[in-house]
Amino acid sequence: MSALRSQIDAELSLVRRNGEQLLVTLGIPLLLLGFFGSVDILPTNTDDPIDFLVPGILALAVMSTSMVSLGIATGFERSYLVLKRLAATPLGTGRLIAAKTIAVACVEAVQMVLLVALGLALGWSPESANWLLALAAVVVGTFAFAGIGLALAGNLRGEVNLAASNGLYLILLLLGGLLFPLERLPAFLEAVGRATPTHALADILADSLMSAGHHTGTSWLVLGAWAIAMPAVAARTFRWN
Amino acid sequence: MTAVEVANLSVHYGPLRAVDDVSFGAAFGEVTAVLGPNGAGKTSTIETCEGFRRPTSGAVRVLGLDPWAQRTTLHREVGVMLQDGGVYPSARVGETVAQYCRLYNRSVSPTELVDRVGLGSRVTSTWRRLSGGEKQRLSLALALAAKPRVAFLDEPTSGVDVNGRDDVRGIIRDLASDGCAVILATHELDEAERVADRVVLFNRGKIVADSTLANLRSARTTVRFRSSTTLDTAALARHIGLDVSANDDEFMVSFTATDSSMASDLVSRISVWLGSNALPLHDLNVGGERLEDIFRMLTKGQGS
Repeated sequence: MSALRSQIDAELSLVRRNGEQLLVTLGIPLLLLGFFGSVDILPTNTDDPIDFLVPGILALAVMSTSMVSLGIATGFERSYLVLKRLAATPLGTGRLIAAKTIAVACVEAVQMVLLVALGLALGWSPESANWLLALAAVVVGTFAFAGIGLALAGNLRGEVNLAASNGLYLILLLLGGLLFPLERLPAFLEAVGRATPTHALADILADSLMSAGHHTGTSWLVLGAWAIAMPAVAARTFRWN
Repeated sequence: MTAVEVANLSVHYGPLRAVDDVSFGAAFGEVTAVLGPNGAGKTSTIETCEGFRRPTSGAVRVLGLDPWAQRTTLHREVGVMLQDGGVYPSARVGETVAQYCRLYNRSVSPTELVDRVGLGSRVTSTWRRLSGGEKQRLSLALALAAKPRVAFLDEPTSGVDVNGRDDVRGIIRDLASDGCAVILATHELDEAERVADRVVLFNRGKIVADSTLANLRSARTTVRFRSSTTLDTAALARHIGLDVSANDDEFMVSFTATDSSMASDLVSRISVWLGSNALPLHDLNVGGERLEDIFRMLTKGQGS
């Protein structure tokens, strides 16, 4: 327990100290929600853009923390031989992954509180929200995005992983239908967008928090497939040093 | 029980035989220096002992455990110092040492450990702000946090200043006198000569020497002297019947010591030859071979 707690402290300490990670995990989602929630310039097809934006930005926050932040930090830890050194302690792979998971969950909890608070301040009013279902989607989404982040981190050099993670973040942000409905995209891109974990998570969150009336079965299937496939790919291909 | 037992170990990377059927042991309370040119197989061997690599064939036991299959158990009592890296650049000295003390949970005081490696004044510094020598000291502290029974130390004095080297040597000796088996990988032969009890010398994936330092040095005798750079080494070699090596104005003759009178006879023949050729003789020295000379002789043809 002492080893696990020690590693959780170390993980959270690194998150606090890495300003660029905090910018991605907290700054960008808050900025996007604050800006587009105040200025009605997005083609959201809703009376109030905040109702469309909050679920999407929550999905973006999950992607930021569990894919970009976790993946970049882990990639650099691999480059700096931090993982190799930790592998020579009694910590063990299981507790290392547990520590990283708990650290991600802590950051996501802070993100959710801040984003929901900002959303409410901007007039968001969730209707008969199913918070448990939303939480389940966040957990499944975290597995999916963490799998993607670790699959990149475990195979690419630190700097290449940094670029790849940020590039993928931008692509999934645009194709995931987080800032505008996917129907606005050309048919081909719309189809690609619907297959992304970002859109699947945003779709489930919109339905569970806003009773949007979506049929989310397909989204659950898409998100579940990513959540099973990507951690498996990461576990199979991850190189510790 | 021997602390480290390596039996017929081979490690292959595709067609490359990095380690080819080697066997050696390391005892508690001794410093075993693992030496060899780059690519000789020492890193692959040590990483196999540390549990980072799976042997292609052969067996490795550290504290009686299989390092690959029983890693987590083994790592409770083994200290590892990597040659470089191992710490996140933004991590601070004090908190990193405290983290590792808690990971090993062996009742080691982080404050005392930081002081012991001479980083007491750098507790709040981040890894990226440390000098090369300070980074080595921090890496050593992380290995000591395990209160190890076996310590694998990779280049512990690399980049460390002269005073710091004395401190590191003191720590290594203390570890061994506390009963720890220290396995020291280094390119610095002078360092190995100062602290090692035993030397295991690798070349091209094989062990070419495995002995106590004293035995290794006494196996051959060396006569060293200075003279004029115009000395004809081939002519002298013909006269004494042994190879003569030259480095500027320093000359060396090395031979297997089978008879104690052989050295004095050789010195006499060399001085007579030099006198008859009107060449000076300075700084004459007869003794056991230096580790550096042994290393050169046994690893000839492979750069270090």
